[in-house]
Amino acid sequence: MHHSIEVESLYFSYPDDHPALVNVSLHIAPGEKVALVGPNGAGKSTLILHLNGILTGQGRVTICGLEVGEKTLGRVRAAVGLVFQNPDDQLFSPTVYEDVAFGPLYQGLGAEEVAARVTSALSAVRMSDYAQRVSHHLSMGEKKRIAIASVLSMNPEVLVLDEPTAGLDPRARRGLIYLLRELPVTMLGASHDLRMVSELFPRMVIMDEGHIVADGPTGKLMEDEKLLEAHGLEKT
Amino acid sequence: MHIHFLDPYRPHISPVHALDGRVKFVLTVAFILTTSLTPVAAWPVYVLLFALILAVEILSGLGIGYVLKRALLALPFVLVAFPVIFTNGDTALFSFPIGSWMLTAHAEGLARFVSVALKSWLSVQAAIVMASSTPFPELLQAMRAVGIPRLLVGMFGLMWRYLFVLADEALRLMRARAARSGQSALAGTRSGGSMMWRARVTGGMAGNLFLRAFERSDRIYVAMLSRGYDGEVRLLPLQPMAGATWGALLAGLALLGLLLFFGILFWG
Repeated sequence: MHHSIEVESLYFSYPDDHPALVNVSLHIAPGEKVALVGPNGAGKSTLILHLNGILTGQGRVTICGLEVGEKTLGRVRAAVGLVFQNPDDQLFSPTVYEDVAFGPLYQGLGAEEVAARVTSALSAVRMSDYAQRVSHHLSMGEKKRIAIASVLSMNPEVLVLDEPTAGLDPRARRGLIYLLRELPVTMLGASHDLRMVSELFPRMVIMDEGHIVADGPTGKLMEDEKLLEAHGLEKT
Repeated sequence: MHIHFLDPYRPHISPVHALDGRVKFVLTVAFILTTSLTPVAAWPVYVLLFALILAVEILSGLGIGYVLKRALLALPFVLVAFPVIFTNGDTALFSFPIGSWMLTAHAEGLARFVSVALKSWLSVQAAIVMASSTPFPELLQAMRAVGIPRLLVGMFGLMWRYLFVLADEALRLMRARAARSGQSALAGTRSGGSMMWRARVTGGMAGNLFLRAFERSDRIYVAMLSRGYDGEVRLLPLQPMAGATWGALLAGLALLGLLLFFGILFWG
Protein backbone atom coordinates (compact mmCIF):
# COMPACT_ATOMS: atom_id res chain seq x y z
CA MET A 1 0.00 0.00 0.00
CA HIS A 2 1.47 3.34 -0.99
CA HIS A 3 1.38 6.39 1.22
CA SER A 4 -0.90 9.23 0.39
CA ILE A 5 1.90 11.76 0.74
CA GLU A 6 5.57 10.91 0.57
CA VAL A 7 8.15 13.67 0.67
CA GLU A 8 11.77 12.54 0.40
CA SER A 9 14.63 14.90 1.38
CA LEU A 10 13.16 17.99 -0.22
CA TYR A 11 15.21 21.17 -0.58
CA PHE A 12 13.93 24.48 -1.86
CA SER A 13 15.26 28.05 -1.99
CA TYR A 14 13.45 31.16 -3.15
CA PRO A 15 15.12 33.22 -5.87
CA ASP A 16 16.76 35.43 -3.24
CA ASP A 17 18.69 32.29 -2.13
CA HIS A 18 16.97 32.15 1.23
CA PRO A 19 16.62 28.41 1.99
CA ALA A 20 12.94 27.76 2.63
CA LEU A 21 13.01 23.97 2.90
CA VAL A 22 16.02 21.98 4.12
CA ASN A 23 16.04 18.21 3.88
CA VAL A 24 12.32 17.81 4.55
CA SER A 25 11.00 14.26 4.66
CA LEU A 26 7.42 13.42 5.52
CA HIS A 27 5.22 10.36 5.14
CA ILE A 28 1.48 10.48 5.59
CA ALA A 29 -0.63 7.33 5.32
CA PRO A 30 -4.07 7.26 3.66
CA GLY A 31 -6.78 8.50 5.98
CA GLU A 32 -4.35 10.13 8.40
CA LYS A 33 -5.02 13.66 9.65
CA VAL A 34 -1.77 15.52 10.28
CA ALA A 35 -1.13 19.05 11.50
CA LEU A 36 1.80 21.10 10.25
CA VAL A 37 2.71 23.74 12.83
CA GLY A 38 5.46 26.29 13.18
CA PRO A 39 6.08 30.02 13.34
CA ASN A 40 5.63 32.40 10.42
CA GLY A 41 8.27 31.82 7.77
CA ALA A 42 8.96 28.25 8.94
CA GLY A 43 8.30 26.91 5.45
CA LYS A 44 4.81 25.47 5.99
CA SER A 45 3.21 27.20 3.00
CA THR A 46 6.25 26.47 0.86
CA LEU A 47 5.99 22.78 1.68
CA ILE A 48 2.28 22.80 0.91
CA LEU A 49 2.84 24.37 -2.51
CA HIS A 50 5.19 21.49 -3.33
CA LEU A 51 2.48 18.91 -2.77
CA ASN A 52 0.75 19.77 -6.04
CA GLY A 53 3.76 20.93 -7.97
CA ILE A 54 3.14 24.68 -7.90
CA LEU A 55 6.66 24.98 -6.54
CA THR A 56 9.29 22.40 -7.35
CA GLY A 57 12.44 21.94 -5.35
CA GLN A 58 15.15 19.30 -5.24
CA GLY A 59 14.01 15.99 -3.83
CA ARG A 60 11.06 13.70 -4.37
CA VAL A 61 7.39 14.30 -3.75
CA THR A 62 5.00 11.44 -4.36
CA ILE A 63 1.25 11.82 -4.03
CA CYS A 64 -0.92 8.67 -4.04
CA GLY A 65 1.84 6.83 -5.85
CA LEU A 66 2.31 9.54 -8.50
CA GLU A 67 5.69 11.24 -8.49
CA VAL A 68 5.09 14.98 -8.86
CA GLY A 69 6.60 16.16 -12.14
CA GLU A 70 5.73 17.85 -15.42
CA LYS A 71 3.85 14.81 -16.77
CA THR A 72 1.82 14.00 -13.67
CA LEU A 73 0.90 17.59 -12.81
CA GLY A 74 -2.72 17.29 -13.97
CA ARG A 75 -3.35 14.04 -12.09
CA VAL A 76 -1.59 15.31 -8.98
CA ARG A 77 -3.63 18.50 -8.90
CA ALA A 78 -6.83 16.49 -9.17
CA ALA A 79 -5.67 14.26 -6.28
CA VAL A 80 -4.63 17.09 -3.96
CA GLY A 81 -7.26 19.56 -2.88
CA LEU A 82 -5.43 22.67 -1.77
CA VAL A 83 -7.40 25.16 0.32
CA PHE A 84 -5.59 28.48 0.40
CA GLN A 85 -5.37 30.65 3.49
CA ASN A 86 -7.19 33.54 1.91
CA PRO A 87 -10.43 32.28 0.38
CA ASP A 88 -10.55 35.41 -1.78
CA ASP A 89 -7.66 34.00 -3.79
CA GLN A 90 -9.56 30.85 -4.43
CA LEU A 91 -12.95 32.26 -5.30
CA PHE A 92 -12.52 34.01 -8.61
CA SER A 93 -15.78 33.25 -10.36
CA PRO A 94 -18.90 35.42 -10.35
CA THR A 95 -21.06 32.91 -8.45
CA VAL A 96 -20.50 30.24 -5.82
CA TYR A 97 -21.79 27.59 -8.22
CA GLU A 98 -19.23 28.44 -10.90
CA ASP A 99 -16.42 28.45 -8.35
CA VAL A 100 -17.30 25.02 -7.07
CA ALA A 101 -17.77 23.76 -10.63
CA PHE A 102 -14.37 25.02 -11.81
CA GLY A 103 -12.35 21.90 -10.87
CA PRO A 104 -14.71 19.31 -12.39
CA LEU A 105 -15.33 21.47 -15.48
CA TYR A 106 -11.61 21.84 -16.02
CA GLN A 107 -11.25 18.07 -15.83
CA GLY A 108 -13.72 17.81 -18.70
CA LEU A 109 -16.41 15.89 -16.80
CA GLY A 110 -19.93 15.69 -18.22
CA ALA A 111 -22.57 18.26 -17.29
CA GLU A 112 -24.54 15.85 -15.10
CA GLU A 113 -21.45 14.70 -13.26
CA VAL A 114 -20.40 18.31 -12.67
CA ALA A 115 -23.82 19.21 -11.28
CA ALA A 116 -23.77 16.17 -9.00
CA ARG A 117 -20.27 17.01 -7.77
CA VAL A 118 -21.22 20.62 -7.03
CA THR A 119 -24.38 19.59 -5.18
CA SER A 120 -22.58 17.06 -3.03
CA ALA A 121 -19.63 19.37 -2.34
CA LEU A 122 -21.92 22.20 -1.29
CA SER A 123 -23.98 19.93 0.92
CA ALA A 124 -20.79 18.53 2.49
CA VAL A 125 -19.95 22.04 3.70
CA ARG A 126 -23.66 22.72 4.44
CA MET A 127 -23.87 25.59 1.97
CA SER A 128 -26.40 24.14 -0.49
CA ASP A 129 -28.51 27.30 -0.46
CA TYR A 130 -25.61 29.47 -1.56
CA ALA A 131 -25.12 28.09 -5.07
CA GLN A 132 -26.33 31.22 -6.87
CA ARG A 133 -24.84 33.75 -4.44
CA VAL A 134 -21.99 36.04 -5.42
CA SER A 135 -18.77 34.76 -3.81
CA HIS A 136 -17.48 38.27 -3.33
CA HIS A 137 -20.24 39.25 -0.90
CA LEU A 138 -20.04 36.31 1.53
CA SER A 139 -18.70 36.48 5.07
CA MET A 140 -15.22 35.12 5.85
CA GLY A 141 -16.59 31.91 7.35
CA GLU A 142 -18.89 31.36 4.38
CA LYS A 143 -16.09 32.02 1.92
CA LYS A 144 -13.92 29.49 3.73
CA ARG A 145 -16.59 26.84 3.40
CA ILE A 146 -17.07 27.59 -0.28
CA ALA A 147 -13.30 27.43 -0.79
CA ILE A 148 -13.32 23.97 0.77
CA ALA A 149 -16.31 22.95 -1.37
CA SER A 150 -14.47 24.18 -4.46
CA VAL A 151 -11.77 21.57 -3.87
CA LEU A 152 -14.06 18.83 -2.53
CA SER A 153 -15.86 18.90 -5.89
CA MET A 154 -12.70 17.46 -7.43
CA ASN A 155 -13.04 14.39 -5.15
CA PRO A 156 -9.47 14.77 -3.96
CA GLU A 157 -7.69 11.96 -2.14
CA VAL A 158 -5.80 14.43 0.01
CA LEU A 159 -7.08 17.68 1.46
CA VAL A 160 -4.39 20.24 2.26
CA LEU A 161 -5.40 23.31 4.25
CA ASP A 162 -3.30 26.43 4.82
CA GLU A 163 -4.32 28.16 8.07
CA PRO A 164 -7.92 26.92 7.91
CA THR A 165 -9.10 28.87 10.97
CA ALA A 166 -7.29 32.16 10.25
CA GLY A 167 -9.65 35.12 10.40
CA LEU A 168 -12.70 33.17 11.54
CA ASP A 169 -14.91 34.15 14.46
CA PRO A 170 -15.40 31.51 17.21
CA ARG A 171 -18.66 30.22 15.79
CA ALA A 172 -17.36 29.90 12.24
CA ARG A 173 -14.19 28.31 13.62
CA ARG A 174 -16.18 25.79 15.65
CA GLY A 175 -18.35 24.94 12.64
CA LEU A 176 -15.27 24.45 10.48
CA ILE A 177 -13.65 22.13 13.02
CA TYR A 178 -16.76 19.90 13.10
CA LEU A 179 -16.91 19.97 9.31
CA LEU A 180 -13.26 18.98 8.85
CA ARG A 181 -13.55 16.24 11.45
CA GLU A 182 -16.32 14.57 9.47
CA LEU A 183 -14.58 14.64 6.09
CA PRO A 184 -13.26 11.15 5.32
CA VAL A 185 -10.10 12.17 3.46
CA THR A 186 -6.39 12.29 4.21
CA MET A 187 -5.72 15.71 5.63
CA LEU A 188 -2.72 17.95 6.17
CA GLY A 189 -3.42 21.24 7.87
CA ALA A 190 -0.90 24.04 8.42
CA SER A 191 -1.83 26.18 11.40
CA HIS A 192 -0.85 28.18 14.47
CA ASP A 193 -4.16 27.39 16.09
CA LEU A 194 -2.90 24.74 18.53
CA ARG A 195 -6.31 24.25 20.14
CA MET A 196 -7.79 23.35 16.78
CA VAL A 197 -4.78 21.13 16.13
CA SER A 198 -5.36 19.22 19.39
CA GLU A 199 -8.99 18.68 18.55
CA LEU A 200 -8.63 17.74 14.93
CA PHE A 201 -5.26 16.21 14.19
CA PRO A 202 -3.94 13.13 16.05
CA ARG A 203 -0.47 13.63 14.58
CA MET A 204 1.59 16.81 14.56
CA VAL A 205 4.67 17.90 12.61
CA ILE A 206 6.60 20.94 13.83
CA MET A 207 8.61 22.99 11.33
CA ASP A 208 11.04 25.81 11.97
CA GLU A 209 13.41 27.61 9.60
CA GLY A 210 12.77 25.13 6.82
CA HIS A 211 13.46 22.02 8.92
CA ILE A 212 11.10 19.46 10.39
CA VAL A 213 12.04 19.57 14.07
CA ALA A 214 9.49 17.19 15.56
CA ASP A 215 6.97 14.63 14.33
CA GLY A 216 4.75 12.61 16.64
CA PRO A 217 1.42 12.20 18.42
CA THR A 218 -0.15 15.59 19.03
CA GLY A 219 -0.95 14.89 22.69
CA LYS A 220 2.65 13.98 23.50
CA LEU A 221 4.24 16.92 21.65
CA MET A 222 1.79 19.35 23.22
CA GLU A 223 3.01 18.38 26.69
CA ASP A 224 6.58 19.28 25.79
CA GLU A 225 6.28 22.99 26.53
CA LYS A 226 10.01 23.56 26.10
CA LEU A 227 9.85 22.24 22.56
CA LEU A 228 6.83 24.39 21.73
CA GLU A 229 8.44 27.48 23.20
CA ALA A 230 11.72 26.88 21.39
CA HIS A 231 9.82 27.03 18.10
CA GLY A 232 7.66 30.04 18.80
CA LEU A 233 4.47 28.13 19.59
CA GLU A 234 2.10 28.65 22.47
CA LYS A 235 -0.36 26.19 23.89
CA THR A 236 -3.54 28.06 24.67
CA MET B 1 6.31 34.17 -3.11
CA HIS B 2 6.49 37.79 -4.16
CA ILE B 3 6.91 39.48 -7.46
CA HIS B 4 10.11 41.47 -7.66
CA PHE B 5 10.83 41.43 -11.34
CA LEU B 6 8.68 44.49 -11.92
CA ASP B 7 11.13 46.63 -10.03
CA PRO B 8 13.74 47.83 -12.53
CA TYR B 9 16.17 48.91 -9.80
CA ARG B 10 19.36 46.84 -9.88
CA PRO B 11 21.46 47.36 -6.73
CA HIS B 12 25.13 47.73 -7.54
CA ILE B 13 28.10 49.74 -6.32
CA SER B 14 29.02 52.28 -8.98
CA PRO B 15 29.51 56.04 -9.30
CA VAL B 16 26.22 56.25 -11.21
CA HIS B 17 24.34 54.45 -8.42
CA ALA B 18 25.98 56.65 -5.80
CA LEU B 19 25.06 59.90 -7.56
CA ASP B 20 22.24 61.91 -5.97
CA GLY B 21 18.84 60.88 -7.37
CA ARG B 22 17.93 64.51 -8.05
CA VAL B 23 21.00 64.98 -10.25
CA LYS B 24 20.22 61.81 -12.15
CA PHE B 25 16.61 62.82 -12.64
CA VAL B 26 17.43 66.32 -13.90
CA LEU B 27 20.26 65.11 -16.13
CA THR B 28 18.08 62.35 -17.60
CA VAL B 29 15.32 64.83 -18.42
CA ALA B 30 17.94 67.20 -19.84
CA PHE B 31 19.45 64.39 -21.91
CA ILE B 32 16.05 63.49 -23.33
CA LEU B 33 15.31 67.16 -24.07
CA THR B 34 18.69 67.63 -25.76
CA THR B 35 18.17 64.51 -27.84
CA SER B 36 14.73 65.58 -28.99
CA LEU B 37 15.74 69.20 -29.70
CA THR B 38 18.80 68.22 -31.73
CA PRO B 39 18.01 68.94 -35.42
CA VAL B 40 17.24 66.16 -37.87
CA ALA B 41 20.22 64.40 -39.45
CA ALA B 42 22.81 65.93 -37.09
CA TRP B 43 24.58 62.58 -37.17
CA PRO B 44 27.83 63.58 -35.39
CA VAL B 45 25.79 64.92 -32.44
CA TYR B 46 23.85 61.64 -32.27
CA VAL B 47 27.14 59.75 -32.16
CA LEU B 48 28.36 62.00 -29.34
CA LEU B 49 25.10 61.55 -27.42
CA PHE B 50 25.36 57.80 -27.93
CA ALA B 51 28.96 57.86 -26.70
CA LEU B 52 27.82 59.81 -23.65
CA ILE B 53 25.03 57.41 -22.68
CA LEU B 54 27.31 54.44 -23.45
CA ALA B 55 29.92 55.85 -21.07
CA VAL B 56 27.28 56.19 -18.34
CA GLU B 57 26.11 52.63 -18.98
CA ILE B 58 29.64 51.29 -18.63
CA LEU B 59 30.24 53.39 -15.54
CA SER B 60 27.03 52.15 -13.93
CA GLY B 61 28.12 48.51 -14.17
CA LEU B 62 24.66 47.49 -15.37
CA GLY B 63 26.11 45.98 -18.52
CA ILE B 64 25.58 47.39 -21.99
CA GLY B 65 23.69 44.28 -23.02
CA TYR B 66 21.19 44.72 -20.21
CA VAL B 67 20.40 48.32 -21.21
CA LEU B 68 20.38 47.71 -24.97
CA LYS B 69 18.07 44.71 -24.64
CA ARG B 70 15.57 46.73 -22.64
CA ALA B 71 15.92 49.68 -25.01
CA LEU B 72 14.28 47.56 -27.71
CA LEU B 73 11.06 48.60 -25.96
CA ALA B 74 11.24 51.80 -28.01
CA LEU B 75 10.97 49.87 -31.26
CA PRO B 76 7.17 49.56 -31.61
CA PHE B 77 6.71 53.29 -30.94
CA VAL B 78 9.22 54.18 -33.61
CA LEU B 79 6.93 52.57 -36.20
CA VAL B 80 4.52 55.47 -35.71
CA ALA B 81 7.07 57.66 -37.49
CA PHE B 82 7.33 55.25 -40.41
CA PRO B 83 4.98 57.19 -42.79
CA VAL B 84 7.27 60.28 -42.80
CA ILE B 85 9.51 58.39 -45.21
CA PHE B 86 6.79 58.79 -47.82
CA THR B 87 5.25 62.13 -46.92
CA ASN B 88 8.32 64.26 -46.35
CA GLY B 89 10.81 65.81 -48.82
CA ASP B 90 11.41 66.23 -52.57
CA THR B 91 14.32 63.94 -53.46
CA ALA B 92 12.64 60.73 -54.60
CA LEU B 93 14.51 57.54 -53.75
CA PHE B 94 12.26 54.80 -55.07
CA SER B 95 8.54 54.19 -55.60
CA PHE B 96 6.28 51.20 -55.50
CA PRO B 97 2.56 50.77 -56.09
CA ILE B 98 0.01 49.71 -53.47
CA GLY B 99 -3.21 49.04 -55.36
CA SER B 100 -3.99 52.18 -57.34
CA TRP B 101 -1.67 54.27 -55.12
CA MET B 102 1.92 55.10 -55.88
CA LEU B 103 4.14 55.37 -52.80
CA THR B 104 7.37 57.32 -53.18
CA ALA B 105 10.10 57.27 -50.55
CA HIS B 106 12.11 60.48 -50.15
CA ALA B 107 15.65 60.93 -48.91
CA GLU B 108 14.62 63.73 -46.50
CA GLY B 109 11.82 61.57 -45.10
CA LEU B 110 14.19 58.67 -44.61
CA ALA B 111 16.68 60.91 -42.76
CA ARG B 112 13.86 62.16 -40.57
CA PHE B 113 12.65 58.65 -39.78
CA VAL B 114 16.14 57.39 -38.89
CA SER B 115 16.63 60.49 -36.71
CA VAL B 116 13.37 59.84 -34.85
CA ALA B 117 14.29 56.20 -34.36
CA LEU B 118 17.76 57.05 -33.05
CA LYS B 119 16.42 59.77 -30.78
CA SER B 120 13.85 57.51 -29.15
CA TRP B 121 16.39 54.74 -28.78
CA LEU B 122 18.85 57.08 -27.04
CA SER B 123 16.15 58.58 -24.80
CA VAL B 124 14.88 55.19 -23.70
CA GLN B 125 18.42 54.16 -22.78
CA ALA B 126 18.79 57.21 -20.56
CA ALA B 127 15.50 56.43 -18.81
CA ILE B 128 16.55 52.80 -18.31
CA VAL B 129 19.89 53.76 -16.78
CA MET B 130 18.14 56.17 -14.41
CA ALA B 131 15.45 53.67 -13.34
CA SER B 132 17.94 50.83 -12.91
CA SER B 133 20.43 52.81 -10.86
CA THR B 134 18.07 54.81 -8.63
CA PRO B 135 15.75 53.34 -6.00
CA PHE B 136 12.19 54.51 -6.64
CA PRO B 137 11.84 56.49 -3.39
CA GLU B 138 14.85 58.57 -4.46
CA LEU B 139 13.20 59.24 -7.81
CA LEU B 140 10.09 60.43 -5.99
CA GLN B 141 12.25 62.79 -3.94
CA ALA B 142 13.84 64.06 -7.11
CA MET B 143 10.42 64.75 -8.62
CA ARG B 144 9.53 66.75 -5.52
CA ALA B 145 12.83 68.61 -5.67
CA VAL B 146 12.17 69.84 -9.21
CA GLY B 147 8.71 71.05 -8.23
CA ILE B 148 6.33 68.39 -9.57
CA PRO B 149 3.09 68.85 -7.55
CA ARG B 150 3.18 66.89 -4.32
CA LEU B 151 -0.20 65.30 -4.93
CA LEU B 152 1.07 63.88 -8.23
CA VAL B 153 4.25 62.60 -6.60
CA GLY B 154 2.14 61.09 -3.83
CA MET B 155 0.04 59.31 -6.42
CA PHE B 156 3.12 57.92 -8.16
CA GLY B 157 4.32 56.67 -4.79
CA LEU B 158 1.04 54.92 -3.97
CA MET B 159 0.86 53.43 -7.45
CA TRP B 160 4.34 52.03 -7.04
CA ARG B 161 3.58 50.68 -3.57
CA TYR B 162 0.40 48.87 -4.56
CA LEU B 163 1.43 47.70 -8.00
CA PHE B 164 3.38 44.94 -6.29
CA VAL B 165 0.51 44.10 -3.94
CA LEU B 166 -1.79 43.81 -6.95
CA ALA B 167 0.72 41.72 -8.90
CA ASP B 168 1.10 39.43 -5.88
CA GLU B 169 -2.64 39.12 -5.66
CA ALA B 170 -2.87 38.19 -9.33
CA LEU B 171 -0.12 35.62 -8.77
CA ARG B 172 -2.04 34.06 -5.88
CA LEU B 173 -5.25 33.94 -7.91
CA MET B 174 -3.47 32.18 -10.75
CA ARG B 175 -1.85 29.81 -8.30
CA ALA B 176 -5.24 28.90 -6.84
CA ARG B 177 -6.56 28.29 -10.34
CA ALA B 178 -3.58 26.09 -11.21
CA ALA B 179 -4.14 24.10 -8.01
CA ARG B 180 -7.61 23.16 -9.17
CA SER B 181 -6.69 22.55 -12.79
CA GLY B 182 -6.50 18.77 -12.56
CA GLN B 183 -6.91 15.85 -14.86
CA SER B 184 -9.57 13.23 -14.27
CA ALA B 185 -8.52 9.59 -13.89
CA LEU B 186 -11.57 8.65 -15.94
CA ALA B 187 -10.83 7.51 -19.48
CA GLY B 188 -12.14 9.64 -22.31
CA THR B 189 -12.14 13.00 -20.55
CA ARG B 190 -10.14 15.89 -21.93
CA SER B 191 -9.00 18.39 -19.33
CA GLY B 192 -8.85 22.13 -19.87
CA GLY B 193 -12.44 22.89 -20.86
CA SER B 194 -13.43 24.92 -23.90
CA MET B 195 -11.71 28.07 -25.04
CA MET B 196 -14.85 30.13 -24.31
CA TRP B 197 -15.14 28.79 -20.81
CA ARG B 198 -11.48 29.44 -20.04
CA ALA B 199 -11.85 32.97 -21.36
CA ARG B 200 -14.86 33.46 -19.09
CA VAL B 201 -12.92 32.22 -16.07
CA THR B 202 -10.05 34.57 -16.88
CA GLY B 203 -12.54 37.41 -17.28
CA GLY B 204 -13.97 36.58 -13.87
CA MET B 205 -10.49 36.70 -12.38
CA ALA B 206 -9.77 40.08 -13.93
CA GLY B 207 -13.07 41.43 -12.62
CA ASN B 208 -12.34 40.00 -9.20
CA LEU B 209 -8.93 41.65 -9.18
CA PHE B 210 -10.48 44.98 -10.16
CA LEU B 211 -13.09 44.75 -7.39
CA ARG B 212 -10.41 43.96 -4.86
CA ALA B 213 -8.17 46.80 -6.00
CA PHE B 214 -11.17 49.08 -5.72
CA GLU B 215 -12.01 47.91 -2.21
CA ARG B 216 -8.39 48.06 -1.15
CA SER B 217 -8.13 51.67 -2.29
CA ASP B 218 -11.12 52.41 -0.08
CA ARG B 219 -9.51 50.72 2.90
CA ILE B 220 -6.21 52.51 2.28
CA TYR B 221 -8.01 55.83 2.14
CA VAL B 222 -9.82 55.10 5.41
CA ALA B 223 -6.52 54.08 7.01
CA MET B 224 -5.00 57.35 5.79
CA LEU B 225 -7.93 59.37 7.13
CA SER B 226 -7.70 57.66 10.49
CA ARG B 227 -4.10 58.78 10.76
CA GLY B 228 -4.99 62.38 10.14
CA TYR B 229 -4.84 62.68 6.34
CA ASP B 230 -6.69 65.82 5.21
CA GLY B 231 -5.99 65.86 1.49
CA GLU B 232 -2.65 67.56 1.88
CA VAL B 233 0.49 65.46 1.31
CA ARG B 234 3.12 66.34 3.90
CA LEU B 235 6.62 65.07 3.48
CA LEU B 236 9.94 65.34 5.24
CA PRO B 237 12.11 68.24 4.07
CA LEU B 238 14.70 67.40 1.42
CA GLN B 239 18.38 67.11 2.27
CA PRO B 240 20.46 70.00 0.88
CA MET B 241 22.78 68.97 -1.98
CA ALA B 242 26.54 68.94 -1.40
CA GLY B 243 28.88 71.17 -3.41
CA ALA B 244 30.33 68.29 -5.44
CA THR B 245 26.81 67.13 -6.34
CA TRP B 246 25.98 70.60 -7.62
CA GLY B 247 29.22 70.45 -9.60
CA ALA B 248 28.23 67.16 -11.24
CA LEU B 249 24.80 68.55 -12.07
CA LEU B 250 26.15 71.74 -13.62
CA ALA B 251 28.89 69.92 -15.53
CA GLY B 252 26.34 67.49 -16.97
CA LEU B 253 23.98 70.31 -17.94
CA ALA B 254 26.84 72.28 -19.52
CA LEU B 255 27.95 69.30 -21.59
CA LEU B 256 24.42 68.63 -22.83
CA GLY B 257 23.90 72.33 -23.54
CA LEU B 258 27.12 72.41 -25.56
CA LEU B 259 26.04 69.39 -27.62
CA LEU B 260 22.69 71.00 -28.31
CA PHE B 261 24.31 74.29 -29.27
CA PHE B 262 26.72 72.48 -31.57
CA GLY B 263 23.86 70.60 -33.22
CA ILE B 264 21.71 73.68 -33.78
CA LEU B 265 24.64 75.75 -34.99
CA PHE B 266 25.70 73.37 -37.75
CA TRP B 267 22.50 71.53 -38.69
CA GLY B 268 19.67 73.73 -37.48
